[in-house]
Amino acid sequence: MKPPPFAYAAPRSVADATALLRASDGDAKLLAGGQSLLPLLAMRLARPSLLVDLGRIADLDYVREDDGMIAIGAMTTKTAVERSALIRTRQPLLHDATRLIGHPQIRNRGTVGGSMAQADPAAEYPAVAVALGATLRLAGERGERSVDAAAFFPSPFTTALEPSEILTEIRVPMRAAGSGWSVLEIARRHGDFALAGAVVMLGIESGRIASARIVLFGVAPVPVRVSAGEAALLGESPGRPAFEHAAACARDAVSEPLSDPHASAAYRCHLAGVLVGRGLAEAAARAEGSS
Amino acid sequence: MTSPFSDEKPSSAARRIRMTVNGVAVEAVAEPRTTLVDFLRGDLGLGGTHVGCEHGVCGACTILLEGRTVRACLMLAVQADGARLTTIEGLGRDGVLHPIQQAFVDEHGLQCGFCTPGFLLSVHELLEQNPDPSDEEIRDFLGGHLCRCTGYKTILRSVRLAARRLRETKAAVAAHAEASS
Repeated sequence: MKPPPFAYAAPRSVADATALLRASDGDAKLLAGGQSLLPLLAMRLARPSLLVDLGRIADLDYVREDDGMIAIGAMTTKTAVERSALIRTRQPLLHDATRLIGHPQIRNRGTVGGSMAQADPAAEYPAVAVALGATLRLAGERGERSVDAAAFFPSPFTTALEPSEILTEIRVPMRAAGSGWSVLEIARRHGDFALAGAVVMLGIESGRIASARIVLFGVAPVPVRVSAGEAALLGESPGRPAFEHAAACARDAVSEPLSDPHASAAYRCHLAGVLVGRGLAEAAARAEGSS
Repeated sequence: MTSPFSDEKPSSAARRIRMTVNGVAVEAVAEPRTTLVDFLRGDLGLGGTHVGCEHGVCGACTILLEGRTVRACLMLAVQADGARLTTIEGLGRDGVLHPIQQAFVDEHGLQCGFCTPGFLLSVHELLEQNPDPSDEEIRDFLGGHLCRCTGYKTILRSVRLAARRLRETKAAVAAHAEASS
């Protein structure tokens, strides 16, 4: 349970970090908060020749309002997100999701960018990013580019990042007036990875559902958007019949459900439906209470 | 000081690092792959921080980094270069137990004691943030610590006692300051 030997660099700028990645021929790993990478090193599932520690780059740690969006530096810790008044008041879904991640001791080190780049199928942040329509900013040798969250998680533990690119910022929209949210998960123990989770957002206008977003995590290799359930909700009045139909869509939405000794594929799909039903009720109550 | 690693010749990747541990400035050479907990125990001789699972599950190696709890097995020593750390050795002062430690003694918040240093530092952070936590808040904050002896009930009681004593001390200090002003 000791990490294998590797070289270590702690660059002071994003440009220096991308240069190190480029020079390493794809054999280097970026170290953000280390809360996923250190266990992988300890179990020797990862054996990089070089670790590039992003922890000494000063300008990657911030939460700020920028052009009507919330901009979060990739090295911002989950504790900082949890404590951000801007996020709590303007995008409470992100605040609530953060509180579900691991334990306080993990959130004190783990970063927003690290979770996105790790792309664990059971992680909350990728699903939240997809649900919110977040944009991820990447820096590489050819400059910067932006990628929609929907295109950032192609397969488990894999992202749209090129080998020499670095995720620098996550941009999320603020909560729209009159909209409600919910993020729920089932884990075997408090703080464990979710067996199934659901992120739900609902917009309600004049007593009818005007917008809906449902994304599942923990049930499939990547976050799953329940498009059929979203479409079926539009124009309906918020309530049990509509929510039960959307929950049924969630159960059917997972084409390759995960299955392991902790939870079978059928159980995960069942949980997904239950959580979507509960999440829609909670989101509707918040939408009606907030507008 | 005898270090289990001291007979190993440093590799070319080794780095000289400096940090402040329990108020004392230290300087040493660390291999990049040395975790912070192994550095504290093996290189600095601070054996109070225990190594349990070595992959961030059990919480035994919890220390304070700039006042915040972190798992010392999920950090490399080189990442702590320049940081201010507190380990269990820095919690009490001049041989006197910290009120949190005393509360664990009084309420039997430990049996074998392996998990205890980690619990104590997390309780320290919790009570700094929240001097009067509910049982639910205590359980939430300590959820990342495993104890195989106590069944957690006496730990919960210990935290409640520590919180009450720290609040009483704070109130007494404030009353004294007011009386003498």
